[in-house]
Amino acid sequence: MSPILQGLLTIVIGVGGCVGYFYASNLILDKVIFPPQAKNPGRNINRANMVRPWLFLFPAMFALSLYLLYPVVGSFWRSLFNRAGDEFIGLGNYASLAADDTFRTAFVNNFLWMLVVPAASTFLGLLVAQLTDRIKWGNIAKSLIFMPMAISFVGASLIWKFVYANNPDIGLINAIRFFFGADTPLDVLQLRFWNNFFLMVILIWIQTGFAMVILSAALRGIPEETVEAAIIDGANPFQIFFKIKVPQIKGTIVVVWTTITILVLKVFDIVYTMTGGNFGTEILPSYMMSFMFRDDGRATAVAFVIMLIVLPVMIWNIRQARQEMR
Amino acid sequence: MDNIAGTKSSLTWAVHLSVALLVIVWLVPTIGLLVSSFRDRDQITASGWWLSPLPVTQNFAVRAEGDPVERDGVFVLEGNVFGEGSGEISQFGGRRANPTAFSAGELGELARGRTLSVQDDGSYIYTSPSEITRPPSIYFASETPPDFSLGNYEQIMKSAGMDRAFINTLTVTIPATIIPILIAAFAAYALAWMEFPGRGLLIAFVVGLLVVPLQLALVPMLKLHNAMGVGQSFLGIWMAHTGFGLPLAIYLLRNYMVGLPRDIIESAKVDGATDFQVFTKIVLPLSFPALASFAIFQFLWTWNDLLVAKVFLPSNSESWVMTVKIADDLLGSRGGDWGILAAAAFISIAIPLIVFFTMQRYLVRGLLAGSVK
Repeated sequence: MSPILQGLLTIVIGVGGCVGYFYASNLILDKVIFPPQAKNPGRNINRANMVRPWLFLFPAMFALSLYLLYPVVGSFWRSLFNRAGDEFIGLGNYASLAADDTFRTAFVNNFLWMLVVPAASTFLGLLVAQLTDRIKWGNIAKSLIFMPMAISFVGASLIWKFVYANNPDIGLINAIRFFFGADTPLDVLQLRFWNNFFLMVILIWIQTGFAMVILSAALRGIPEETVEAAIIDGANPFQIFFKIKVPQIKGTIVVVWTTITILVLKVFDIVYTMTGGNFGTEILPSYMMSFMFRDDGRATAVAFVIMLIVLPVMIWNIRQARQEMR
Repeated sequence: MDNIAGTKSSLTWAVHLSVALLVIVWLVPTIGLLVSSFRDRDQITASGWWLSPLPVTQNFAVRAEGDPVERDGVFVLEGNVFGEGSGEISQFGGRRANPTAFSAGELGELARGRTLSVQDDGSYIYTSPSEITRPPSIYFASETPPDFSLGNYEQIMKSAGMDRAFINTLTVTIPATIIPILIAAFAAYALAWMEFPGRGLLIAFVVGLLVVPLQLALVPMLKLHNAMGVGQSFLGIWMAHTGFGLPLAIYLLRNYMVGLPRDIIESAKVDGATDFQVFTKIVLPLSFPALASFAIFQFLWTWNDLLVAKVFLPSNSESWVMTVKIADDLLGSRGGDWGILAAAAFISIAIPLIVFFTMQRYLVRGLLAGSVK
């Protein structure tokens, strides 16, 4: 069967199945199990209403538990076994990771990414949000800076390959270097240490739009009186921005910052397409992919290390959510 | 805030200038890709895309055909490098290693007493003290007009198999976008408007799952899929994308549904509507903006995804999606063919860009609902 036909069939079965499940299960609950016409209509209605939320929730919770909760446990358990998965080796995989130079490079690089990318994206996003707020064509400018959000990491990497290319007739960087008198092309992706930053530029290019959109909305939400009062008191534009506006949107800045930090831990595409992890550019997600299909024990161990790094953010998020609900 | 005294400062021109600069920096890489994708592949490596509207000086090689004539003890071969056509030559040479050794009109001394001279109209004279057994190669640089065409696109779609990858991407994306919406909508309604013990805990559970790294799911889920008989297949990737998309879907939709006016829902219940009716007839239609935002997110995410496709789809050319095709196939086998790469990249980003620019409003709204709270 051709994949397209299979796809159409899946849509029909999936959507039909969902609607059918919700409709039928509600019907059965109301008409068969707890019919309101029976001896105790009141009690039956109450009982039906106690069960109903779980009918609504069941498919989602089942899928969530299967695809996200079970893997946390499953991955950890698998990481305790050897490559073939038949011998329990305790923390052996973690020990061999710690002894591996590439892992240490990946770990250090990942910390660099987690420091630089969120900081640069948030800063640039805030800058653009503030600058475009006052000008007439600001919305067009924002829309254009936001555009890379729609581009895949692979597509973005290809776009930047054209900028970084060795050939000065293709690569913008080498073209500029040649214009200023250089005569040997420089492959920036092979420059040890600095190549990491050239890769980060790609993610910053993508994520600045995200930061900008959210921070721009936050800036608009600042009560005008505070700004007016500062102006009357004689504050200059820089003071207004740094001392009046930024403190009021601190919460949003933190949210943007953490969201991008989490993203950095998931993105393997850029390193994979640009350098394949060579020249000292490995990061944890791409390092994990180098073990995928080859050594499940080590792959899951790396994945679990990523999970441990994410954990504080996760706990903080849950706390915030619970506070809001109160 | 234009009406506030003092906000219009003398810095206005600096603001315009810096925004313009930022926009240019942001756009230049993409424009480079777009321009390159339409250029002739030889021209791409001969001059930068920023010079593409200008004529390009390209190097060519021809074999000097014709019959050698003996004149005063030397063998002479005459002809025109352009054959029947015409053109203008700036430089020429006799060796591949140095194709632009001499300027047009010069007499070029080659190895073993041979000479070559090429005029700027392309006519050449080749002389050799010994008999010419093999027609020599002539290298020359000539200006050619800019050459824009859809050639790269035709090649990538017809012979490189990008059409197949495009259809595969579409096949992965559409069910993976539609199915989670429905499942999430019901769950979000329950979490927003139904009273039951443990609701707060479940919401916290969903929020916690928002940040679980996908990487954790790869090994155990692939193993489970294999055990279930799903294996690496389209069915598997639809299920995986559904599972991975649910936390954001439930979170976004619940946040939106909670904000719907309580009166409407309560009066409907007073009138005897069941939860199922309230959901399908009132909440679902009212939640359209949130549904649209999530649909766009999920569409962009599944369309652009490389990781899930690499793991949950079989690794053969029949089921490559575009991202995998570019990253694993084109970059490897055609790494130096910039025209093909540019065209492939542009095909893969065209649909997301269209969706982005037409539905930007919903995308922004979704982002705000998901993060500002």
